[in-house]
Amino acid sequence: MFEFCADPKSLDGLVWWSCYLTNGKHMAFYFSFVTVLTLLLFTVPLIMTLGFAGALARRSQIAPVRWVGWVYTSMVRGVPDIIFFLFALIALDQGIEYLRHVALCPDWAEPIRQGNDFRVCPDAKMPLGTAPQWIHEIYGFVLAAVGFGIVFGAFAANTLYGALNAVPHAQLETGVAYGMSPRQVFRRIHLPQMWIYALPGLSNLWMILIKATPLLFLLGVEDVVYWARELGGSKTAIFDYPHGDWRLGYFMVLLVFYLLLTWVSEKAFGRLTAWVSRGQATMGGTT
Amino acid sequence: MTTFLKLAGAATLAASFVATAVTAETIRMGTEGAYPPYNFINDSGEIDGFEREVGDELCKRAGLECTWVTNEWDSIIPNLVSGNYDTIIAGMSITAERDEVIDFTQEYFPPDPSAYVALSGAGMDVKGGVVAAQTATIQAAYIAESGATLVEFATPEETVAAVRSGEADAVLADFAYLKPIVDASGGELTIIDDSVSIGGGVGMGVRESDGELKAKMDAAIASMKEDGTLSELIAKWFDGRMVKF
Repeated sequence: MFEFCADPKSLDGLVWWSCYLTNGKHMAFYFSFVTVLTLLLFTVPLIMTLGFAGALARRSQIAPVRWVGWVYTSMVRGVPDIIFFLFALIALDQGIEYLRHVALCPDWAEPIRQGNDFRVCPDAKMPLGTAPQWIHEIYGFVLAAVGFGIVFGAFAANTLYGALNAVPHAQLETGVAYGMSPRQVFRRIHLPQMWIYALPGLSNLWMILIKATPLLFLLGVEDVVYWARELGGSKTAIFDYPHGDWRLGYFMVLLVFYLLLTWVSEKAFGRLTAWVSRGQATMGGTT
Repeated sequence: MTTFLKLAGAATLAASFVATAVTAETIRMGTEGAYPPYNFINDSGEIDGFEREVGDELCKRAGLECTWVTNEWDSIIPNLVSGNYDTIIAGMSITAERDEVIDFTQEYFPPDPSAYVALSGAGMDVKGGVVAAQTATIQAAYIAESGATLVEFATPEETVAAVRSGEADAVLADFAYLKPIVDASGGELTIIDDSVSIGGGVGMGVRESDGELKAKMDAAIASMKEDGTLSELIAKWFDGRMVKF
């Protein structure tokens, strides 16, 4: 990065550090923090959407819709995350490629499954083999976001389902007595009162989600933990900046990062709790 | 749903135009990026090492355009067969077991004996104690059969760290990987046995259904062996080691 970094072997002290901490590999490390935060921001709306869809499906009057909600929440919550990520997302990826293959290469004669191999025509590849690496990375990132959304959405659905059921029945009946339609009762009374019961569960989910990002590496997304391990490992003279086993130092940086994230989240959830408690007839409620 | 399909259709149509515009075939080279001097991520964050140079030269000779991707060792074969990349060029020894799942080109690196490394002052008996190896390697299989207690790690780096921390008595890995680490350890580590012959040579892994790519790469490797460039690269990356093909 700096000009004086041209010959790293001749450097020492502060200059060495300033060059070491700004080399390309460290830039990738710093950028991975952005990747992780972006992923979290992208996933939350998806999780809440799927969570609401799941919770409402489970409360539906129509039996098949109820079953779908029930199967979604039970099945996804029951499957270990690591299996889900390895299996369901590879299946999703291959499913997309299969559909594209059928649509784009009707003349393709060879079978798609050849022993262990999964082969679609080159045009059906997702992304295309000729696509630059960053497209592949974005695609992996989107797959990861969808994966996290599906898994955590199921947990959120269960939390929201419980919270919707926890609102006292008398509150809803009062709404009906005032002449509100079911839709109005849901929007004006049921939903606003539900949040206070849902927040503790949702904040737990958020904390778990923050810490689950190392699972990303399974999907080829290089997250903060991957880079910390890669940078911290001892480096022989084949590298420009040889050093011993510095993993402890790098993991301390991660510790600080995660603690900060936790601290900020706690603050935010504290405010949210105060906000949804106002006017509630609960212990945390204020008048 | 229909709008989605239309959108997807439009996107793929646009993408296929791009695809036809590019003439040279693009091959994605999959490697681990954690096994110096075979392959590693250098300080600029790029894939570097013996296999990077060999791979780039092979692609040039075979008239292919190549891009490089990293994948963790444990899932490197499943991701090849499912089509995430087209070759494995990651210091992978040719074994009968792997050959059942994927195909190998001819070897571009001769069989390299594995070595046991332990803390200095350890006796030969550590080979029967707790031995570290990387998951899904020929060394891990060898230890499991030798009767010693095997501890597996996801990356080669961690296997050496386990010996340093005392978690394992010794580590078994390729000699070429361990040698620079022992040299740089300042007497902390020592090689106690460097003549454990386990696997075959190192070859490039390709899908079994990819016969055309395999033939191209085989021809390119043969030509690199013939004109001596491969021997030169081996000498450059492996401490002046002399290999005759």
